[in-house]
Amino acid sequence: MSEMSKIVRTISNIIFPFIMIFGLYVIAHGHLTPGGGFQGGAVAASGCAMLLVAYGSTWIIDRMKVSRLSMFESIGALGFIGVAFLGLIIGGMFFNNFLVGSNILFGNIPKTGYTGANFNTGGVLPLMNFAVGVKVIAGLFVVVLVMAYASSLKEWKQ
Amino acid sequence: MIYNIPFIAVIAMIFVGLYAVLFKRNLVKMVIGITIIESGVNLFLITLGYREGGVAPIFTSAPSDVAGNAPSTMVLPVPQALTLTSIVIGVAVLALMLSLIMHIYRHYGTLDVRKIRRLKE
Amino acid sequence: MSLRTTVAIVMFSVLVVFFLFTAFMLSFGTPKEAKMDNYIIMHTQTETGTNSGVTTVVFDYRGFDTLGEATILFAAVAGVIMIFRRVKK
Repeated sequence: MSEMSKIVRTISNIIFPFIMIFGLYVIAHGHLTPGGGFQGGAVAASGCAMLLVAYGSTWIIDRMKVSRLSMFESIGALGFIGVAFLGLIIGGMFFNNFLVGSNILFGNIPKTGYTGANFNTGGVLPLMNFAVGVKVIAGLFVVVLVMAYASSLKEWKQ
Repeated sequence: MIYNIPFIAVIAMIFVGLYAVLFKRNLVKMVIGITIIESGVNLFLITLGYREGGVAPIFTSAPSDVAGNAPSTMVLPVPQALTLTSIVIGVAVLALMLSLIMHIYRHYGTLDVRKIRRLKE
Repeated sequence: MSLRTTVAIVMFSVLVVFFLFTAFMLSFGTPKEAKMDNYIIMHTQTETGTNSGVTTVVFDYRGFDTLGEATILFAAVAGVIMIFRRVKK
């Protein structure tokens, strides 16, 4: 794909940080508001896909390697499995929520009923949200990039 | 009968998708039909868990008339979690189907189903 | 009759049967069995420490389904990269 005109590229540069901040907000507040890892990852990946459409896939694939991007996806998947195994080592069950009552990282317990929102609650859930969010962003961006680059060549070398 | 409109919409979506899969000859139109069937099944999963006059099962803030009795004014949360998984599975299957269609087009030169019948060298 | 008209007539009759079933037999606002969901809503804030009911069902009460879904997403991305492996400039 060839790149688009100068107006489209300038407006994409301006709007891209707002979309990424909104996507990371939906990922980070998954235990207080509707959202979570998968939903926020889809929002942020569509922001990255907007940049890909504005700049052309040949321009972007000259400056990024696909192997480096898929390393991010593996880090996200290993983080998710690692947190689950940490629950097996500490508590005794797979997927054990070992951060609920303790005061290490995310340990508060909210009062029952309709109170406000405290970010310090949640146990092991925000860590899982971040891991799945990184995984979904990297995975969807790699899929769109590889398919856009493969459809722009005149012939494929077999 | 007028209150069952979401279920009737599910039936309409599944049959539109089934018509597109069975009676069309272009490969991309068949993939679009599969996606429409997927959307209909996700809608069916969500409307199975609705309670009359209920709010979302989130305890952050709520209007004061539902704050009294907790589990009978809230919508069931388990079908929403199953729908999340189903949507992600639909995205994965769609990505693989479109990649295979790109390979078929480069190899045969056409997207008509009646011409892609034999193994071509 | 050809195959297309046979398939069309069968589909239309099944459509009529399903339409009559959903319009008169299913109930929209009242789910039948809700004991597990009532337990989950009542014990979310004390056992897991979050405010949201949907996120705890996805990651805490039914974490194995999320593990399988992450595996499917990883396998799909790996499959797409592997299909376009030999396409170079």
